[in-house]
Amino acid sequence: MATKTAAPEPATQVSRRREPGSGWSGVRGLIIHLGLITFALIMIYPLLWMLSASFKPITEVFANSSLIPTDWDWGNYADGWTSTPHPFHRYIFNSMVIVAGAVVGNLLSCSMAAYAFARLKFPLRGPLFGVMLATIMLPIHVVIIPQYILFNNLGWVDTFWPLIVPKFLAVDAFFIFLMVQFIRGLPRELDEASQIDGCSYWGTYLRVVMPLCMPALATTSIFTFIWTWNDFYSQLIYLNSLEMRTVPLALRWFMDSQGQTNWGALFAMSIVAIGPIFGFFLAGQKYLVRGIATTGIK
Amino acid sequence: MTDKEVAVAPPTERDSGEPTGPAETPASPSGRRVHRGFGRSKRSRERWAALSFLAPWLIGMVAITVGPMIASLYLSFTDYGLIGDANWVGLENYERMLDDSRLHNSFWVTVRYVFISVPLQLALALALAMVLDRGVRGLPIYRSVFYLPSLVGSSVAIAIMWRQIFGTEGLVNDALGLFSIEGRGWTSDPETALGTLIILNVWTFGSPMVIFLAGLRQIPQMYYEAAKVDGAGPVRRFLNVTVPLLTPIIFFNLVLQIINAFQSFTQAFIVSGGDGAPADSTMVYTLYLYQRAFTSFDMGYASALAWLLLVIIALFTTLNFLMSKYWVFYGD
Repeated sequence: MATKTAAPEPATQVSRRREPGSGWSGVRGLIIHLGLITFALIMIYPLLWMLSASFKPITEVFANSSLIPTDWDWGNYADGWTSTPHPFHRYIFNSMVIVAGAVVGNLLSCSMAAYAFARLKFPLRGPLFGVMLATIMLPIHVVIIPQYILFNNLGWVDTFWPLIVPKFLAVDAFFIFLMVQFIRGLPRELDEASQIDGCSYWGTYLRVVMPLCMPALATTSIFTFIWTWNDFYSQLIYLNSLEMRTVPLALRWFMDSQGQTNWGALFAMSIVAIGPIFGFFLAGQKYLVRGIATTGIK
Repeated sequence: MTDKEVAVAPPTERDSGEPTGPAETPASPSGRRVHRGFGRSKRSRERWAALSFLAPWLIGMVAITVGPMIASLYLSFTDYGLIGDANWVGLENYERMLDDSRLHNSFWVTVRYVFISVPLQLALALALAMVLDRGVRGLPIYRSVFYLPSLVGSSVAIAIMWRQIFGTEGLVNDALGLFSIEGRGWTSDPETALGTLIILNVWTFGSPMVIFLAGLRQIPQMYYEAAKVDGAGPVRRFLNVTVPLLTPIIFFNLVLQIINAFQSFTQAFIVSGGDGAPADSTMVYTLYLYQRAFTSFDMGYASALAWLLLVIIALFTTLNFLMSKYWVFYGD
């Protein structure tokens, strides 16, 4: 049964040669590839340009439009790292704390709610599930003002709590939905077997369902990481003081205060800001595939 | 069997409607049996377990989602300003909207942003998904490269980059210079500033593309074969097989991207420097809302704006669903 989840991937690799003969091949294939490569280059050219500009001395950023700097200069990184009120690793640390809290919170609270919705019977399950689905699409802008007032009254403004605590309360309903879908695909017999063997519901959740949910948990972690790391809106609202700033807030400060004169350093810090996302995406992609593969083998 | 359960279960759970008591507290004589499970109180045990699993979500829903929603509706009828009390002002905030020309401007800016960028983004996503779907070698690499912008598109770093690319000395003007076309400060010209944001949104076409790719794989091969046997060429096959069968996915992407685009904030905030500059031409709705709520702390009015945004998004989504009857094809 569990192989079901894994089946589409390998199968599609091999057997999908739709419309035999009309797949791209020969000269046509070459043209298509050239077109795709050109387009891909145009798409990511801005990123490459920013990367190269981050290594160029200020005088060269606009004068030399070649992608390869005449001499590689790490000065922008050193400069950017120290020209914010705190050294830049302070902001990276702050972002990391929030991200770590958000990931742990989402993994715990969303998987718990998902297990209940997918496996347990209780009154009002249908309506509650409907409410949960509806909240996925709810714009944050509608609830942010009372949330701010609430956290302000709790004295939590300018701390990390407003950014972390909601994650422990399963506010990101999208992930609940994702995990519900995943758990529904797992064979129920495993749950029942574990309960006959004396597991409580919590035991089943911890020892049977969660281990099988690894791919869904990985997806949740990756997306929570990326979304929280990129998040600007709520951090802008809740964090004011210099030492509480996160990477996006520090970048914005940098841009406003000296961005017009020190582009090289600003680009360098921008690269630092998006680097972890690329890293996490590449590492995560691998993990995702492996996660699917291991469940498939089971 | 079920009768017994119903007969026995209620006392244990009706009494303890409060989420404080643990499941095992009631009825000490039958306490042992409760622990053993599978007896008559299995159902009540399951309910208590469900409550414990759902507790964080329930608290969150009440305190962080639904509660604030209702609070926001209440605040929209007050003059609350963070300091001092919230005085009931009736419909005053909503009347104020009628005369608020900055609000009207921000509404039209947002509508232009959404309804230009989303169709372009989806068209590009669909076109590339079509090309990639037909057995291109290196598909995973192309897919990753095209997906990259979606990963970082909403970040501050990319918005900063965008501001620079479309600046007076930026990459775009360099490129235009090659064709000896005279550039301009794209982000500082009210005519073009919104255009740069639209391009930024189109640039993140990767995530709908991935969804299209998945959708294309769901189309059964046999339809294409049948169409071929009937003598349909590639164009006919695209128009009469691919497009109709893909309409549910197109619809899904359309709904999702429109809702997302209405809420985009960071790009406009960074590219405009936080105030919708130049001349309010990039003052999208969410940015105006932010300014009223967190720069002027005009929270009563801002709550009314927030509810209007919800209504606008709901209206467009409903409209989308109503129109879908005429063009979305759900098989069979």
